[in-house]
Order: sequence, then structure tokens, then C-alpha cells
Amino acid sequence: MIIDATLPETGRLAHVPSAAAPDRPQAWRQGWRWRPVPLAPWLTRLLLSWPFPLALLALWALAARYEWIAPQVLPAPQVVAHTFADLARSGELFDHLKISLIRVFAGFALGCAAGLTLGVAMGLSRVFKDYVYPLFRAVSQVPVLGWLPLLMLLLGIDETLKVVLIAKAALVPIAMNTYKGLENVPAQYVEVAQVFGLSRRQLLWKVVFPAALAPIWNGIRYGLTHAWLALVVVELLASSEGLGFMIVYGRQLFQLDLVLAAVVVVGIVGYLMDKTLALIEARLLGWRRAGF
Amino acid sequence: MQATLAFILGLPARVPRRLRGWVLPVLLLLFWWAAVRFAWTDSKLLVSVAQVWERAVEQTTSGALWEGLRASLWRDLAGFAIGASAGLVFGAALGLSRLLENLVGPSFHTVKQISLFAWVPLISVWFGLGDSAKVAFLSLAAFFPVALNTFEGIRGVPREFIEVAQVFRLTRLQWLTKVVLPAASPSIFTGLHLGLIYAWLATLGAEYLLVSGKGIGNTMIDGRENFWMDLVVFGMIVVGVVGFILNWAAGLIETRLLAWRGSTLARY
Repeated sequence: MIIDATLPETGRLAHVPSAAAPDRPQAWRQGWRWRPVPLAPWLTRLLLSWPFPLALLALWALAARYEWIAPQVLPAPQVVAHTFADLARSGELFDHLKISLIRVFAGFALGCAAGLTLGVAMGLSRVFKDYVYPLFRAVSQVPVLGWLPLLMLLLGIDETLKVVLIAKAALVPIAMNTYKGLENVPAQYVEVAQVFGLSRRQLLWKVVFPAALAPIWNGIRYGLTHAWLALVVVELLASSEGLGFMIVYGRQLFQLDLVLAAVVVVGIVGYLMDKTLALIEARLLGWRRAGF
Repeated sequence: MQATLAFILGLPARVPRRLRGWVLPVLLLLFWWAAVRFAWTDSKLLVSVAQVWERAVEQTTSGALWEGLRASLWRDLAGFAIGASAGLVFGAALGLSRLLENLVGPSFHTVKQISLFAWVPLISVWFGLGDSAKVAFLSLAAFFPVALNTFEGIRGVPREFIEVAQVFRLTRLQWLTKVVLPAASPSIFTGLHLGLIYAWLATLGAEYLLVSGKGIGNTMIDGRENFWMDLVVFGMIVVGVVGFILNWAAGLIETRLLAWRGSTLARY
């Protein structure tokens, strides 16, 4: 969803219930602490992560089997799986998915380009920042959804609206993080660069941009999750194709299996997009960790 | 010639700094005014500043604004209260117990990937279209950031703090209320703050998607359907101002409550 990357990894995630030395007054903790079988930690984690979702699934299946809940309200899991397989086989799912992805990438590319330009301009030029920043802050106070009725009136409800809204959703966090990142480059770095006699261009490319890359990338990740959020909303409200439309359509026909299948796809795509950016981040910023 | 160009390019830097922020908004307003005054387009969508102002006065004095705003804010705060408390408890439980984290954490991290608004159609089937559905959706919107940040805040408590607590032989309750929660509070407040922002976003979304009843979002939808641009613009301003006030209040409370931490700046 949207809450990722709110706090930068501090790298000091301490284990709260720490291993107790015998002479410490820790008896009050040992009573309830679960003592793991000495398995590899990743294996323990893997094994432990399954019972809960499986139990939920079983409960869901039982609820559907014995009709504790009406099937119109919660269809059986096998029905959802079946619908999902049908949609995938007929290609319908991929058609909708393709349309949604094209929209989100068009909007994101636009918003990313504009956001980076704006952020870099504000971060590098004091004068430009003085002029633009107050207006930018005021504009970003109105959430994406506040713009929707206005944009619908101005642009109609076709592709332009979707791309513009998605671009707006991506622009704000990217511009903000880029600007803050550039502003917060430690003065010492710049001083060192001056001592070395770097030209302005070298200063920017060798010192300032690499130093600000982490917050900028964070902004880009935020931007993409916001873009995906905006896409779903705008497709729910005004669209005749795409994943959001599938959800609305299923809802109107009271085919909750369709709705659930589409929701799962929305979740998977959001997850994959964020994961991809995280992987690129690890590559791009890998050099930073080497120091520690 | 070059001197003139240099003069024009240097002009922005000569304006006093305090005035610079006003230049663009004033230019935009002037442009808007000129577009109306000289009738650059005859579109019905081009409303004048005066029309928006009249609409604002009409909405405020007739009480329509307050009615909508009260309904929206009530839902917003109710949903936030429910979602944030659930998120606090859930996040704290997950942060304090490795077992629970291993059991439920992966499912939580998977579910939170689902784009928030994709839940709306499901919620509308389960809770209907009324206030309960909207509040349920808002709680969900506030739940995720609060739970995630509480969890991360508790996990981020430095091990040294825990060791000090052991040295002082604190009881479990003391350990929780005097050490862990205060140490995690900055992150928890970040979560609450984010939760508030998302709840407000979701308030609008819920009113757009579950169209029934009153609210500031419904006002804007009405404006759009009837092509009342002045109402839409007015609604946008109200939404922006409310968002700003919520943000500001949250920031203020946060500063107050975290004041005990003091500033370490300039103490070294």
C-alpha cells in the first residue's frame, strides 16, 4: 500500500526480548516467551508465516461451505480461484491489466519528470525556491482526490484525466523529496569539494546528486505507490476498462468473486512495483552500505 | 542589448525575499481575472472570482457548508479513532512479540500492499453504503500507517535502553510505559500523523465512491454533476484548508507531547 518507506531503515533494529543472561532479573519474561527449536532463523520465519493465512483460508472455506455467510457477500475461495483462472485463461485479465499499467506508467513518467525538474530547480536555486515553494506547498495541501472533480470538469473523463491525475499524485512526493534531499546535503561535503577545487558541474554530479540520491529515490518510491493509488481511484470512478473497472463491474453485478480476483491482482501489482524499485535502490545505493 | 537582458534576468533576484512567494499566486489570480474580464473563452466552466466568493458566502450563511463539513469531519475522526487504536494495539503486539510477528507479520505486510481504495467495493458489499461503511473504510485507511509505524518504532528501541531497564529491575508494566513506549513515541506519532492524513484522503474517497448522505466530498460531486465550477473550486479550497488544519494540529500536539525529549541541538 502506501505506508512503506515512511521511516528510513535505521539499521539498528534491536531485538526487544533479548536473550537473557541467567543472572539477570528476567524471569518475568521467560514465562511467556516462545523458545524456538534451533532451526535456521529464515526457516522458522518461513514455517511460522503459513499457519495464520492458511487458518483464515480454512475458516473462509468453511464459512462458505456451511453457508454461514451468504455467497453473494463472500463467495467460496475455490469460486474466486476458478474465476481468477477463467479470467487469466480468456486473456481478459491481462487486457485490463495492460491498460492499467500503461496508464500508470504514462502518468508516473510524466509526474516523475516534472517532479524531478521542479525539485532540482527548487533545491539548486534559492531564488526559484522563494518564488515557487509557497505555491507548491499550498497546491499540495489539497489531496489528489480534491482535484478530481475540478479535473473531471476541465478534462472530461477520458485518458487525459487519468494520466494527469496520476502524474499529479506522483509529482508532489517526488518534487518534495528531491528538494529536501538536495537542501539537506551536508555543508561539509560541499566544503570538501571546494577544497578539491571541483567545478560546479563536478560538484553537482560527483557530490550533491549522489549525496541526495537516497531521499530522491525514496520520493520516487512514494510517487509510484501514490500513482498506483490514484490509478485505482480514478478507474473506480470513471473508466470503462482497467483493473478498477473490473472491480466496479463485479460489484455492480454482485459478482464478488470477480471483485476479489481483481483486488488480489491490484495487490500483487502494487507489491511487485514496490519490490522492483527496492531492488533497483539496492543496486543504486549499494555503494553507501559498503562504508559501514 | 545584453545589459537589458541581464537586467531582466536579474530582476527576480532583486525582489525582496519576503514578497517572492506572493508573486506567482498574484499572477495566477490576475490571469484568472483577465480570462474572465476579456472573455478569452466562453466556456461555462470559466467562473469569475466574484462568483466563487458569492458561492462561498451562500454556502457559509445557509449552513450547507457546516452541515457537510460536520458530517465529513465526524466520520473522519471516528474512523481515525477506531483505526488508530486498532493499529496501536496491533503494532505494539507485533513489535513486542517475535512469535506474533512471525505468525501474522507476513500476512499483514502482504495485505497492506493492496491499494487502499480497492477495498471500497468490498466494504460496500459488507457494510452497505451508509456511514458504517465509510467509517469502516476510514479505519482501514488509518490502521495501516499507525500499525506499521508503531511496530517499527518499538523494534527500533535501542537495546541499551532495555538493558538499563533490566538493571533497574523494572516491572513489565513499568518497562512498557516508562521505557519502550516513550522510546518508540516519535515513530508512533509519525504513524498517527500519517494516519490522520490518509483518513482525510479516504474521507473524500469514501464520499465519492459510496455516494449517499452528506459531506464535503458529496458537495463537490454535486458541483461537478451540475457543472457548477464555482462550487467545485470552493469545495477544493475547503478541503485544502481542512487538510492543512488537521496537519497543523497534529504537528502541534506532536511537538507538545514530545517536548520532554528536548532538543539535542547546540548542546555538544
